Amino acid sequence: MMFASWSEFFAMGHHGLYVWSAYGLCALVLGVNVLGPWRARRRYLQAEARRWRQENRP
Amino acid sequence: MKKRPLDWAWFHRLGSPKWFYGFSGRCLPWLCGTTVLLLAIGVVWGLLFAPPDYQQGHSFRIIYIHVPAAMLAQSAYVLMAVAGVVGLVWKMKIADVLLQCAAPVGATMTALALATGAIWGKPTWGSWWVWDARLTSMLILLFLYLGVIALGSAIGNRDSAAKARAVLAIVGVINIPIIKYSVEWWNTLHQGATFTLTEKPAMPAEMWLPLLFTGLGFYAFFGLVLLLRMRLELLKREARSRWVQDEVAALLARGARQ
Repeated sequence: MMFASWSEFFAMGHHGLYVWSAYGLCALVLGVNVLGPWRARRRYLQAEARRWRQENRP
Repeated sequence: MKKRPLDWAWFHRLGSPKWFYGFSGRCLPWLCGTTVLLLAIGVVWGLLFAPPDYQQGHSFRIIYIHVPAAMLAQSAYVLMAVAGVVGLVWKMKIADVLLQCAAPVGATMTALALATGAIWGKPTWGSWWVWDARLTSMLILLFLYLGVIALGSAIGNRDSAAKARAVLAIVGVINIPIIKYSVEWWNTLHQGATFTLTEKPAMPAEMWLPLLFTGLGFYAFFGLVLLLRMRLELLKREARSRWVQDEVAALLARGARQ
């Protein structure tokens, strides 16, 4: 462990803003890459379900 | 001795959308687990246990996401170019699905590499951005990715879109060696490669080992999100075929039960 305390860890030796904004951005980009396809798939299946109901209307 | 004919069956199977869909579905949980494990180990190790750089201090920890993003951005583009060749030469449909689905992922990785590079550059070089060979050629890579995306969505006909995308991906691959050797050909602020095949890394092992984990983690992540995108695109493109209709019906039935 390179840090004596959590506050030291978050400070990153006066470079906290740089390190954490870079890691935050990384988390955002990875998250968008997972959420995007996941939501697109849900939208597609919802559209298919709507279509199916319309075609099989009694 | 009897000569055995080369077995190309796997290549043709790979080109079959139905087989690819089933196989990729079985890969997803493994890829997901591998990605989470590798990234967790790499990030915790890199942030908490790797020693600080003697000049840059703790800001050097940005390396554990900057270098993997940049490596992946370039590898994904090479993969797209290979898929472009396969699509043009063998008319394999799945190659174009791969090309189309890899482009947005690659574009976001290039943007991430540029952004984390800028954030790292400020405390290290004293500037967010310099018009330096490495940075500029990476910016061109981002534009190439955006070009591939825009070209594909601007052309309505699927075959023409596939051809245009493939050609742009193949032509643009010339930028990859330029990015790689930019730090050697031109005077640059950017440091040289961290990993080379021929030499030992200049950093101590406790510094580069976490990078190996996040690097492999980024590649596993790319595989994961690429498959997610490709599977949806296959369902859309093959909507008329029997297996897709069965699969969508099964997915809807599962969704209705929940």
